[in-house]
Amino acid sequence: MINTLAQTGARCLLVCQLIGRSGVFLINILGWGKGFKAPCHRVIKQIHHVGVLSLPIIVVAGIFVGMVLALQGYSILSSYGSQEAIGQMVALSLLREFGPVVTALLFVGRAGSALTAEIGLMKTTEQLSAMEIMGVDPFKRVFSPRLWAGVISLPLLATLFSLLGIFGGAFVAVNLLGVYEGSYWANMQGSVLFFDDVIKGLIKALVFAFVITWIALFHGWNARPTSEGISQATTATVVQGSLAVLGLDFILTAVMLGGF
Amino acid sequence: MHNRSLELGVGAFVIAAMVGLLVLALNVSGLRFQADDDVYYLYARFENLSGLSERAKVSMSGVTIGRVVEIKLDTQDYVAVVKMAVEKGVPLSLDTSASVLTAGLLGEKYIGLSVGADEETLLNGDFIEDTQSSIVLEELIGQFLFSRSNE
Repeated sequence: MINTLAQTGARCLLVCQLIGRSGVFLINILGWGKGFKAPCHRVIKQIHHVGVLSLPIIVVAGIFVGMVLALQGYSILSSYGSQEAIGQMVALSLLREFGPVVTALLFVGRAGSALTAEIGLMKTTEQLSAMEIMGVDPFKRVFSPRLWAGVISLPLLATLFSLLGIFGGAFVAVNLLGVYEGSYWANMQGSVLFFDDVIKGLIKALVFAFVITWIALFHGWNARPTSEGISQATTATVVQGSLAVLGLDFILTAVMLGGF
Repeated sequence: MHNRSLELGVGAFVIAAMVGLLVLALNVSGLRFQADDDVYYLYARFENLSGLSERAKVSMSGVTIGRVVEIKLDTQDYVAVVKMAVEKGVPLSLDTSASVLTAGLLGEKYIGLSVGADEETLLNGDFIEDTQSSIVLEELIGQFLFSRSNE
């Protein structure tokens, strides 16, 4: 009885400690109090790793999600006789939800896991300690460029995802299902608002990017320096990153739609 | 240290995404950077808009000639006041009438203008006097049931 109580307490303390550590870690990355900026060429190199190399999966996923949305939407809308609204449906669901969320989930799997593994291995091979000994701040040199690269890349990827999805949807709706092309685009333009739909979707992507990259970097930094520790840290990144995206998505949607 | 092809790739990626955002803005959301010089504003009072929203189309004989800019409630008479931006190239005669219409059975609401006969035209800031509110389906059904029960 006392033992269970003690175990629960110890576990709670461990979680609190973890949250506190990740907070301090983030403050160190952002360089608060020190005011350093991430060196530009390192950010560009990281954008190449997390952004440009993620393009193939984002492009293919975007086109296919758009095409599937058009197929599914057509079968539902045609039972109300309003197939013409399919452009509106595809565009709104991509811009508001699928674009940011699916891109973020793919980003966790493609880029987040890679970041964790890379940094975990750096820690295991004591590269981070070596940097500190040489007087190089690993937060400035390793972590900060990766965080900014993630924050820049994901909104850009989400934009491309939505755009390609809309064109994929147009291909299926117009060429395969025979919806009139003019009404596909006109209905879309009539109902999609630039600030309420496009920009709010991008704000979501920005928040997801920040949280995912933070989680990925923290798990890499916090990993036990063994091969098993790295594998556990990578798993934790993917699981927690995906859950964080889905949970935050609900909160952000509720706040932005003004449901409360 | 500065890898040229890597930088080129990142540059192409960023520019592609920016162009994508521009396409989303112009082609998908229909955002127009319309200068104030191209339009003039008209007002109209309606008893009931029932679902007309801002940015809804203003059309004449099926051709879109403007957009709804603002919807307000006139707290003196408790009617809706709609502000519309109409293209400058379309002069409308003084007795033009406006009505809230629906595209198709369940489609979006828009404002339909029908042509008048007066030779004078509406100027910026004028009110369209002759307006017709939108048909509310519930009221129509209510009237129908009421008239049936009277028989």
